[in-house]
Amino acid sequence: MGKAAGLLRSLLVPVTLLLLWEGVARAGWVTPLILPSPTRVALRWWAYLTPAEPYHPAAGAWLAWAVSGELLHDALTSLTRIAVGFGIGAGLALPLGLVMGARPIAYQLFNPLLQLLRPIPPIAYIPLAILWFGLGNPPAYFLISLGAFFPVLMNTIAGVRAVDAIYLRAARNLGAGEWTLFWRVMIPAAMPYILTGVRVGIGVAFIVVIVAEMIAVNAGLGYRILEAREYFWSDKVIAGMITIGLCGLGIDLVMSRLNGWLLRWHRGVEG
Amino acid sequence: MRAAAQAAPPDGPAPAIRARGVRKVFSAGARQVVALDGIDLDVAAGELVCLLGPSGCGKSTLLNAIAGFSLPTAGELSALGRPVTAPGPERAMVFQEYALFPWMTVERNVAFGLELAGAPPARRREVVDGLLAKLGLAEFRDRFPKDLSGGMRQRVAIARVLAIDPPMLLMDEPFGALDALTRRTLQDELLRLWGETGKTIVFVTHGIEESIYLADRVVVMTYRPGTVKRVVPIGLPRPRDPASPEFNALKREVSALVMEEQARHQADEAHATAD
Repeated sequence: MGKAAGLLRSLLVPVTLLLLWEGVARAGWVTPLILPSPTRVALRWWAYLTPAEPYHPAAGAWLAWAVSGELLHDALTSLTRIAVGFGIGAGLALPLGLVMGARPIAYQLFNPLLQLLRPIPPIAYIPLAILWFGLGNPPAYFLISLGAFFPVLMNTIAGVRAVDAIYLRAARNLGAGEWTLFWRVMIPAAMPYILTGVRVGIGVAFIVVIVAEMIAVNAGLGYRILEAREYFWSDKVIAGMITIGLCGLGIDLVMSRLNGWLLRWHRGVEG
Repeated sequence: MRAAAQAAPPDGPAPAIRARGVRKVFSAGARQVVALDGIDLDVAAGELVCLLGPSGCGKSTLLNAIAGFSLPTAGELSALGRPVTAPGPERAMVFQEYALFPWMTVERNVAFGLELAGAPPARRREVVDGLLAKLGLAEFRDRFPKDLSGGMRQRVAIARVLAIDPPMLLMDEPFGALDALTRRTLQDELLRLWGETGKTIVFVTHGIEESIYLADRVVVMTYRPGTVKRVVPIGLPRPRDPASPEFNALKREVSALVMEEQARHQADEAHATAD
């Protein structure tokens, strides 16, 4: 009873808005070009998701056909770019952040430059990215890795600096050398901060991938909504945006699960 | 002096801890605080000694010096026949804040020191199983420290240092954060473990009763600079009864000594506030 009421309450606002939107569109108060009805968007989304051609057994495997829709291809392309770009950015930020957090000399050497570069939004690198890397995936990887780099770096530095000295003392007392301290104490102790950085970094990577796809490539969700605009397919623009939202939600759910599992030892984190 | 201490045979009658003229000065900017001065102290192997005094008497500073976390400014300090130069697992420390690694389960915490010492997995498991059973922790082995009570955490911390079987335990107000009943239970467990293993224990506390209950000798320290005010031997047979007249006589004696220092501490604080 309570559960059903809760569900009803959480659906009330979205459903009302959808109905209102549908009503406005059906009444013809706005042209479908400006604001297509939700049903049109839904139909377009479905068409975007499903294969363009009917299934021919002669053409190949059923599974390959079933996932041949444009949407899946675009989403996969965008997610791959995020994965590669984030991998590069975080892969560079993590070791640098660990060293900068643990060694004041490294911090003094690198911090001024990083503080200068950090406020520059990745978007501002677009002209340089095209100049340096041309078109296609490389400039996109560059921009995404830039976007992921700083959140991971700053949080890793903060995390290592916040490691309680008593853990280091206890580990040294039990016979730990520098290397063990680093791997077995500092990194796990800094993990809550590092994961926060990873989460923010993925969020930024997600923003940057859409922008990057609007400039230099010919596939991916960002490219697709820009392409749809060229043809005045506003229903497809919205379908693409919804897909971006779903991908973002999916990534966040996975990260939240991962977070909960990795930090199951941590106070105040609910699995 | 140093050379002489090094030359002494480690298995001879040399004391487990030998301090001569130990001095420790902390400087904060232009201000200098003499935390320890002229400490002369011998602790025999297998002895249980309590360092007692008000806060600011340098008892934890002395313990940290023995542990090798913070070396003396001057004087000679050796443990187990060798001058103290760095922390080491043969002088295992138990902290008031437990200092368990929160990302490791109870079992992993206890096994950590053995792992560092390169003990094979089978041996690790054997030692860990034995200690968990001995300290009543067997059913908590897969828990994380955040899910344990203070008393249980301190048991894990004790198991963690016992796992590496050090000849010496350094305990820094280990039961200070526990409630009175849990404290008494852990004191009894500590005495039992000490009786079974014969380890040398240096135990820092500001609890007068605790020190008399546990120690062979109580070292009462002065407030700033920390010096040895008096060493009070506790000749009572164990188990000791805190309600007995002999216990209470000692308590009065030690209490009078500590309260003199506490009064100096209070005066100092009042002075600092007046500034």
